[in-house]
Amino acid sequence: MKDVEKIVASTEGIPVDEEIVERRSRYDPVRPLDPEALIEVQDLTKQYGDLVVLDNISEVIRSGEKVAIIGPSGSGKSTFLRCLNVLEDPTSGNVFFEGNNLCNPHVDINVQRRRMGMVFQQFNLFNNMTVLKNITLAPVHIALHDLRREKMHNGWTKFCNLFRKKDKKQPLIPIQRDAKTIRADAAENAMRLLARIGLADKANVYPSTLSGGQRQRIAIVRALAMNPKVMLFDEPTSALDPEMVGEVLELIKELADEGMTMVIVTHEMGFAREVATRVFFMDGGKIREQGTPEQVFGAPQDDRLKEFLSKVL
Amino acid sequence: MWDIFYEQFVTKGGYKNVLLGLRNTLIIAIAGLAIGIIIGTLVAVLQVAGKRNIVAYVFSWVGTVYTSLFRGTPIIVQLLIFHYIIFASVEIDSLLEAVIVFGLNSGAYVSEIMRGGIMSVDIGQTEAGRTLGLSYATTMLKVVFPQAIKNVVPTLGNELIALTKDTSVASYVATMDLTNAFRLIASAKYEYIIPYLMLALFYLVIILIFTVLIRLVERRMRKSERR
Repeated sequence: MKDVEKIVASTEGIPVDEEIVERRSRYDPVRPLDPEALIEVQDLTKQYGDLVVLDNISEVIRSGEKVAIIGPSGSGKSTFLRCLNVLEDPTSGNVFFEGNNLCNPHVDINVQRRRMGMVFQQFNLFNNMTVLKNITLAPVHIALHDLRREKMHNGWTKFCNLFRKKDKKQPLIPIQRDAKTIRADAAENAMRLLARIGLADKANVYPSTLSGGQRQRIAIVRALAMNPKVMLFDEPTSALDPEMVGEVLELIKELADEGMTMVIVTHEMGFAREVATRVFFMDGGKIREQGTPEQVFGAPQDDRLKEFLSKVL
Repeated sequence: MWDIFYEQFVTKGGYKNVLLGLRNTLIIAIAGLAIGIIIGTLVAVLQVAGKRNIVAYVFSWVGTVYTSLFRGTPIIVQLLIFHYIIFASVEIDSLLEAVIVFGLNSGAYVSEIMRGGIMSVDIGQTEAGRTLGLSYATTMLKVVFPQAIKNVVPTLGNELIALTKDTSVASYVATMDLTNAFRLIASAKYEYIIPYLMLALFYLVIILIFTVLIRLVERRMRKSERR
């Protein structure tokens, strides 16, 4: 209801067609979507009780951009990132990924999330699986799931075709892969990715035997195995030994150079400066300042940002 | 003393009852725990998923009522109620009846054990699964559950041991269990010492065997994970 009122208020003075106002739901974009946007956030607010963590943020992230989010603890950086793939449900506002509203319960969030990789501070590798299984679990499961659905669809079409006239028979979905090839392909892809980060020999060990840096690189590769359009990094190096930070940052940098769109919450200012095409400075649930790394680090405008930079640099 | 026991145990055929009782006790304990694990897991999953939507909420409420009913009344009372009220008009084997009651009873305890096990798995595991595009159910099944089970094995072993000892009250509804068998031997000649000490020894040995088995299972499950 609230949103409908807002829309009415925003068009005050103009005669409003009642029917159109009624048809607009909470999940329609408040403003027209940017056609170039990969992720578009509109009026995003997140509250825990009375505590406002994100305060009415609107932002557009375009394909190919590398966005670094910096800011003091408790400024809402991580919450913002987690709202981008609705791991946290926003209190109000919408998040659009390729034009689909992720907050809308009618949008299948699992399908959308396949295209958004996420890397956590604590790695979150599945402890009960080997490294290889960690990487192949999701691709294999999803491919098998789709295969089952296609087969059921084909079975039903075949059954219906029995009763259809000859010229009205529906075509079947062509099925190219069986379960075996799906598994083999996924394993092959995983091994290729592991070889790339130089951990092919660790394919059959459990994550608990690996070092932090190795685990984080595998977590990145696990997200990559889904061929994501965008990668979200939630402080990927904060839980690592100083020694291990370099290898992880290097991998992320490689990805950036390949043109992957990414959003990185980080405390590594040097890294943000080097890799990012745009830097957000967040404080108190708002994006206080944003711009190219040169602008933000070289000529900060905001007082809070100046203070922050003087402490961390 | 020994000759009286010998006479009752061997000559008068008391050992047949003891063997039958041993079998029944083991069946009640193990089948009861199996039923308990199935029911308990279901209830636990419903409780964990309880906040997701209204249907899950209703089911989780049913689970809560079930748990509080079966944890809040003594097992003997439950046996009596099932025997004399619920199954009063049904021809049913008393062993089956005991298995059902013990299964339902342990289900209430196992549900809490399982819930604890699921909660003990780091939330990050669920989040990682969800961000990869797996559904809630798949994440639960493939990621959270195997880890929860691993955490829960020692406590489930405890439950098996407690259940085995609790079966001694099954004789209230005329089930021939171990306790009942030895009670018959003892009360035949009012000679109590040896039969009841033997009874205690029987339970002790069963439970020691269970303890070893649980250790083995636990070690086996931990093997995959160097800690």
